[in-house]
Amino acid sequence: MKKDKQKRTSEGESPHDPSKRSLLNKIWIGLGIFALIEFLALVIAFIRPGKMASRSDDSDTIIEAGPAKRFPHNSVTAFIRGKFYLCRMEDGGFLALSRKCTHLGCTVPWLEKEKRFSCPCHGSAFDIRGEVISPPAPRALDLYPVFIENNIVKVDTGKRMKRKGFEAKQLVYPKKV
Amino acid sequence: MTSDSKSMETSNLGTRKRTLSRGPILNNLILHFRPLTVPEKTLKFTLTWGLGGMATVLVMLLIGTGLLLKFVYQPFPDKAYDSILYLQNHVLFGHFIRNIHHWSANLLVIISFLHFLRVFFTGAFHPPRQFNWIIGLCLFFIVLAANFTGYLLPWDQLSYWGTTISTGTLEYIPGAGIWLKKMIRGGEDIGPGSLRIFFAVHTAILPIMLGMLMAFHFWRTRRSGGLVIPRSDGEEIPSQPHRVSTVPNLVLRELVVGLSLIAIIFLFSVFFNAPLGDPANPGLSPNPTKAPWYFMGFQEILLHFHPFIALFFIPLLMIIALLSVPYFKYPVNTAGVWFVSSKGRHMAMYAAGTALIVTPICILLDEYVLDFTGWLSGLPPVVSAGLIPLGIVLAGCFWFHLVLKRKFAPNKNEMVQMFFVLFLTAFILLTIIGIGFRGMGMKLTWPWVG
Repeated sequence: MKKDKQKRTSEGESPHDPSKRSLLNKIWIGLGIFALIEFLALVIAFIRPGKMASRSDDSDTIIEAGPAKRFPHNSVTAFIRGKFYLCRMEDGGFLALSRKCTHLGCTVPWLEKEKRFSCPCHGSAFDIRGEVISPPAPRALDLYPVFIENNIVKVDTGKRMKRKGFEAKQLVYPKKV
Repeated sequence: MTSDSKSMETSNLGTRKRTLSRGPILNNLILHFRPLTVPEKTLKFTLTWGLGGMATVLVMLLIGTGLLLKFVYQPFPDKAYDSILYLQNHVLFGHFIRNIHHWSANLLVIISFLHFLRVFFTGAFHPPRQFNWIIGLCLFFIVLAANFTGYLLPWDQLSYWGTTISTGTLEYIPGAGIWLKKMIRGGEDIGPGSLRIFFAVHTAILPIMLGMLMAFHFWRTRRSGGLVIPRSDGEEIPSQPHRVSTVPNLVLRELVVGLSLIAIIFLFSVFFNAPLGDPANPGLSPNPTKAPWYFMGFQEILLHFHPFIALFFIPLLMIIALLSVPYFKYPVNTAGVWFVSSKGRHMAMYAAGTALIVTPICILLDEYVLDFTGWLSGLPPVVSAGLIPLGIVLAGCFWFHLVLKRKFAPNKNEMVQMFFVLFLTAFILLTIIGIGFRGMGMKLTWPWVG
């Protein structure tokens, strides 16, 4: 390669100054890399799931669960369409738990007898508040925001919230009538 | 080496005349990929066991059957499963074609893995074949990726949940993990987006990559003067090996291996159907939910280590170790010698035996006795369930290596092979345990129970 270059310059095949040429080469390479990055970004932007895809099939993500008094204390109700569990604690507080195991995303069924969620995939278990009872799940079940309007419980399934563990402030209480 | 073989090719005019007389089509087609002559010793079946050729034949079978399947399959969640049923019940030979595709794909994982072992144990990664080892590893990853993307397509419970937990593991890659998971799934969950992406990757991107890299792989093999020439320990690498013409010597052997393989797969596909479970149901995870079998080693590791360690750290270490295999500074070039030397063979046996005994013991201990997260509950789980157990395992390996070092006084070739065998045996064992010995709720059971 080097020999070639020397030969060419000595024979005068390339009339340009070598330093100038190497600068031009660098610019070309730089432009090439820039184009490549642009191209890659374009591909990623093209493939990336857009807002349409990340929204669930139903455009309205707020699910009306029903009147608060319909849910007995210390109970768990599954909502297939919203993919969540509505849990009511001993003290009457509501919590909407994602049904996805925080380990690898399997659907966790509620075992009424044992009073716990048990993941069939790797044996993680969660209590009624979504707290991890047995690993490998690294954190408590995700939450969906619950709000109660006119004593009707509603859950916003559009916003899944990650959390480390259970805190009392996560509970939502109906207004005392 | 390269110029050597070339000069042999051109100087050996007699052979050239003989091959030319076989007609231009055969000549052009075959000799485009092959040199005119090959060293006679490399024709020995027990050098290659025909594995590379078998992998190539399987890829061709897969492309052929895959193209046919593409005419029937519909990559939409509400149609995919039904299109498979239609294929199996209403298309002439549909079930048969699907079986061939399924079994060839699974066999390809095994065959290319064995090919990888053959190349390692005959030292075929030493210069000038270093870079071809890297290409080979890339090919193996593409084969795994192709299998994995194909796994989702039938859209049954097995594929839906296997893919869910396998892609769920991406979340534990620090930084880009969550983004990557969403990108690959084409959304939050496995859904229409995932099927679209997996289908495109499976039927276009991976086959193209596979084809290009295969051509590169073959070309590098040819450029490094063909296969390694088998020799015993202490024998020199022959500089002027005796050569014979490719047609018919090599081509005939390849035909025999390839056609036998095709016959076996066809026969197998007549009697054994590719599995198809219930249609995918996102609301119900079957118990147990398992990843595809070639990922079971990782799933088993996952049961014993924190996800960050099991799914990011350990695979990363494995990939780096495998990529650097040909680039360690070795004192001896053992290309063509099985298992480096007799000492190397001995050490490999020791390593394999140790891994066979210690791995199950470790699994049982961790299952029933050890409870690092409970004992060290003050520490974050990444440390207590991850770094500490990993440290203990690695310390054990280090101690074992010291013992062998004292016993054998090996060179670097032998030591690298020992480590390779140690980890390889452990990983294969983990895979077998994950496939056969894990039942409901991933508890240990016997394969014949339930």
